[in-house]
Amino acid sequence: MQPPVPLLEMRGICKYFGSVKANENVDLTLFPGDILGLLGENGAGKTTLMNVLFGVYSPDGGRILIEGRPVRIRSSADALRHGVGMVHQHFHLVPCHTVIENLMVGRPGRSGRLDRRGTLDGMAEVERRFGLALAPDALVSELTIGEQQRLEIIKALVRGARVLILDEPTSTLTPQETEGLFSALRSMAAAHMGVIFISHKLNEVRAITNKLMILRRGKVSATLDNDQSISRRRLAELMCGREITPPAKPPATRGEVLLEMRDIHTGGTSRGRLKGVSLQAHAGEILGIAGVSGNGQLELAEVISGMLAPTTGVFRVSGREVTRPSPRRVQQLGVGRIPEDRMGTGLITTLPLASSMVLPRIHEKRFSRGGFLRQGAIRDFVKEQMQRFDIRAPGPEVRTGTLSGGNLQKALLARELAWDPLVLLAAQPTRGLDVAAARFVHEQFLELRRRGRAIIVISEDLEELFALSDRIAVMFEGCINGVVPIEEATVQKIGMLMAGVKEAA
Amino acid sequence: MNEILAQVFQVGFFAALIRIATPLVFGTIGELFAERSGVLNLGIEGTMMLSAMTGFSTAYFTGSLWLGILAAMATGILAGLLMALLTVSLGLSQHVSGIGTTLLCSGLSFFFYRLIFGQPSSIPNIKPFDVVPIPGLSAIPVIGPILFDQFALVYLAMAIVPLSAWVLYRTPWGLNLRTVGENPDAAYSAGVSVTAMRYQALMIAGALMGLAGAFLSMAQFNAYTFGVISGRGWVCIALIVFGQWSPWKSAAGALLFAFIDALQLRLQASSIINVPYEVFLMMPFVFTIVGMALVSRNARAPDALLKPFRKEER
Amino acid sequence: MIALRLEPREHTPVWLNMLLPLLAVLATLVICSGLIKLAGASVMAAYAKLFLSALSTRFNLVETAVKATPLVFTGLAVTVAFRAKFWNIGAEGQLLAGAMAAAFIGARQGLPAWSLVPAMIAGGAAAGALWAVVPAALKTRYKVDDVVTTLLLNFVIFYGMMALLDGPWKDPLSGYPDSPDIRMAAEFPILLKATRLHLGVLIAALCTPLVWLLMSKTTLGFSITAVGENPRAASYAGMSISGVILLSALISGALAGLAGASEVGGLHFQVMAGISPGYGYTGIVIAMLARLNPLGVIPAAFFFAVIITGAEAMSRATGVPVFLADVIQGTALVTMLIALLFNQYRVRLRRVSHE
Repeated sequence: MQPPVPLLEMRGICKYFGSVKANENVDLTLFPGDILGLLGENGAGKTTLMNVLFGVYSPDGGRILIEGRPVRIRSSADALRHGVGMVHQHFHLVPCHTVIENLMVGRPGRSGRLDRRGTLDGMAEVERRFGLALAPDALVSELTIGEQQRLEIIKALVRGARVLILDEPTSTLTPQETEGLFSALRSMAAAHMGVIFISHKLNEVRAITNKLMILRRGKVSATLDNDQSISRRRLAELMCGREITPPAKPPATRGEVLLEMRDIHTGGTSRGRLKGVSLQAHAGEILGIAGVSGNGQLELAEVISGMLAPTTGVFRVSGREVTRPSPRRVQQLGVGRIPEDRMGTGLITTLPLASSMVLPRIHEKRFSRGGFLRQGAIRDFVKEQMQRFDIRAPGPEVRTGTLSGGNLQKALLARELAWDPLVLLAAQPTRGLDVAAARFVHEQFLELRRRGRAIIVISEDLEELFALSDRIAVMFEGCINGVVPIEEATVQKIGMLMAGVKEAA
Repeated sequence: MNEILAQVFQVGFFAALIRIATPLVFGTIGELFAERSGVLNLGIEGTMMLSAMTGFSTAYFTGSLWLGILAAMATGILAGLLMALLTVSLGLSQHVSGIGTTLLCSGLSFFFYRLIFGQPSSIPNIKPFDVVPIPGLSAIPVIGPILFDQFALVYLAMAIVPLSAWVLYRTPWGLNLRTVGENPDAAYSAGVSVTAMRYQALMIAGALMGLAGAFLSMAQFNAYTFGVISGRGWVCIALIVFGQWSPWKSAAGALLFAFIDALQLRLQASSIINVPYEVFLMMPFVFTIVGMALVSRNARAPDALLKPFRKEER
Repeated sequence: MIALRLEPREHTPVWLNMLLPLLAVLATLVICSGLIKLAGASVMAAYAKLFLSALSTRFNLVETAVKATPLVFTGLAVTVAFRAKFWNIGAEGQLLAGAMAAAFIGARQGLPAWSLVPAMIAGGAAAGALWAVVPAALKTRYKVDDVVTTLLLNFVIFYGMMALLDGPWKDPLSGYPDSPDIRMAAEFPILLKATRLHLGVLIAALCTPLVWLLMSKTTLGFSITAVGENPRAASYAGMSISGVILLSALISGALAGLAGASEVGGLHFQVMAGISPGYGYTGIVIAMLARLNPLGVIPAAFFFAVIITGAEAMSRATGVPVFLADVIQGTALVTMLIALLFNQYRVRLRRVSHE
């Protein structure tokens, strides 16, 4: 018997961005029926490697073989032709188009017209083989996040993908939805397809994959069978090069209510519009907000940041009612804010770091007098903060956008903490950060907690919420579906609340 | 009042309205292709200006109006390629690139017109297009003379609206184009070349803008003057906002604008209302701004409009 | 295969900032030399005429400075607006508004003579500001695209002005659609004997450092820049986007209005159809060539003043159409835009290997 031919081989892949070696001499082998877990910290080069495979990036070296034959993949059109499909972390869908329109993009028509019949046949085939189905004429904007992901997978399968890449596919799913995704992946493996599963969540990777490949700083640090004998700690070490211990969390000393919302509603028609949110954040506690994305976390963050005025309801900060909320007003009341979108909402990437760091406080006496900027004071302030928070940048004048994600987040933290906020709101505070930077952020939160401030952390990373929170509030369709003290919280319980199930008790 | 109405609303008025709408339809549909692909082409005014000049000059020297039309379309395509180079390949600001293209093209049109024709004592002119009545249909009372006793290019404009709607909504190319304009990543990951689609869209847009310019200097008028376009390109951009990026609604907007333009021309000529004629010239522009103000709040532009697409960027 | 790759720069060296506009101008002149050849003239002779005639004598030099004055104003106007990403293509119309206001005030018999010049300056600035606030308010209140409205408003005010000049405002002593002359006392003082160097030139020269001060040293300038670069982040930080855009429109319009007032008070003493041969549009080219830096506006405006004045002489001497000046403007805008890429990115050539 001949040894089986690998479905996909990548040999010696190199990819550089300027002086950054995103991938260096990476080898990857995938056999039919494999589900390969691609592990690594943020910035380890997982997505880069997959973008090379999918033709988004052209590699600076190395080659790719499909079923033993060398192939050139210089665009995603090439990748699709060779049976490689990819589900990106941020969905590549057109919200104002229908499901079937999204499936027909890039496909040849029939006698000059869109081939609706052929596409429907393809959808039926995918449903028959893998049990994945959607209504063809539904608008994508009306689908849930889980359904949108299903559409992305159907898109790849309809195009005849034999290798399917999934980039962080579970980060926006409920635990239950994740289980559904896994069963589809298993049926694909059973049909002799190959699946590459990118994640940094060890639990999930161990649950679904049969092989593991770990990248560290662009290089392969290990390739192994997913064998239950490998300890979680060992995997973490392979990813980070050292053992990671979460920061110690002393017991909470809960004080008075610093931020309170009572029956808050917001306008609009989106799925996540708030429909009667009530919550309290106390001094000396970290309140975690969980939920599948799109269930109102964004709107909640906007209300607390003063960007979105509620239509009805009461919003109080340290006992004072915020009647006309605005970013300026909530800041004056002592709310510090770390937005989810650091580059788009928090900082101004095209301006000097110094400008980004004094942006909300430019009218303070410290930074301006009589309408004129005190540039010396601004520079001193920024230099001081850079030192205090170990922000690695050549100087205050450097363009903000050239900093790494971790340094950007430190800059934002420094900016908000410099004014000693009573309440800190942080949305997805460690998304995209490497372990060291994430740990630094968490330490800052715990320090604030020790000093009797209230911290509200909105996160899609349950591990993060479990490690930090004193209580976890779960959002579902614009409401708080339940608040669970950390002592009583389990993944199952939170997962049920995220899926909209009310607590049985 | 009745007197004015009777004087204004005659068959000839509506026939003129259709003629006035024709270049606007070409320009608007052209711009629509560009914008649906994600590129705002502010080069339209200059493109129309330069095409009006090259079309006219070609017709003047060759004696062939249709060669003139071809030259105008080729000019438009070249201007579209310049826009594509700046905004698609180099990813530069679409606003400034468009203004640059307009300034450059109008400068070139003045320069070459003067170079070719010097400063003659009388404006050089050509024998413009004749009307081509459609046998049978043109004999229908009222509708016949309004719709079917027109220039060949007018019929083309009438055809181009349903044709562009069909292409945009019913063909794979159109779906790819709309996807590129909404979410280029989605198009790219489905194997569509964003660059190629935007180049094609800008070339089609340029060709149609060329037709618009040529219609003005070769059918509506029979000469090229520096004021031949006088803001009609900008109006086309407004009409797209007004028409919510739909070919049918934008064409309807063109008819509405043409109605106001035809009306002011009649009122100018009628001498019933005694005000300087410039007041009437101003009217269509005022109405366009008002129209935009009415719809803009709810208008939804293509998501990727104004955003360059660079795949190798982190 | 060789591919181009753009890599973002952390820092832009100062020398590069100075060099880029020069490179853009050089590239423009090289490109346009093709047109001169096409016109059958000698490139060197044509360029010599184009540049040297405006600089040859002291008188011509002063004339060029006079010509540069409205361009400095419109260049500054566009700079302030574009910094806020308020796409004011309407400096042309705001200039007309300022000119009309100044001409109207300058002809008032009821006003004391001493008050005429200051009133014209203030009135011109106010009229320009008012005309610029219309599109800014439409943008902030009704989300109407500012590019299109500012452009269309140029036509509205031009036809409006012509309607007045053809009707109630027509100078009864003139056969043309011109406004009546302003009073003698309203004419801007001449700063240099036997030249046309008027007060407006001085105001333009003073406005430049003031606008620079505003943009780089004040909280308002800081806010304008922040809103322009990232409105969402600016609003998240507590700035009012609408307020900042309206303020930048006011300042921008006032500067363009000053251009009109200065042309009326210092040069034409009346309003007529040709009061602005596109100064507002040239202002866009100037602002871009100055890289939206107010201090760069003066050299850029001077450069185009040289070209606009020199084009006539070049045309007379060599037969190259005077509209070469327009082509140079358009080309310079395009080349400068390309040159700005090097400001943000470094371009790397690299070999792509595919076996």
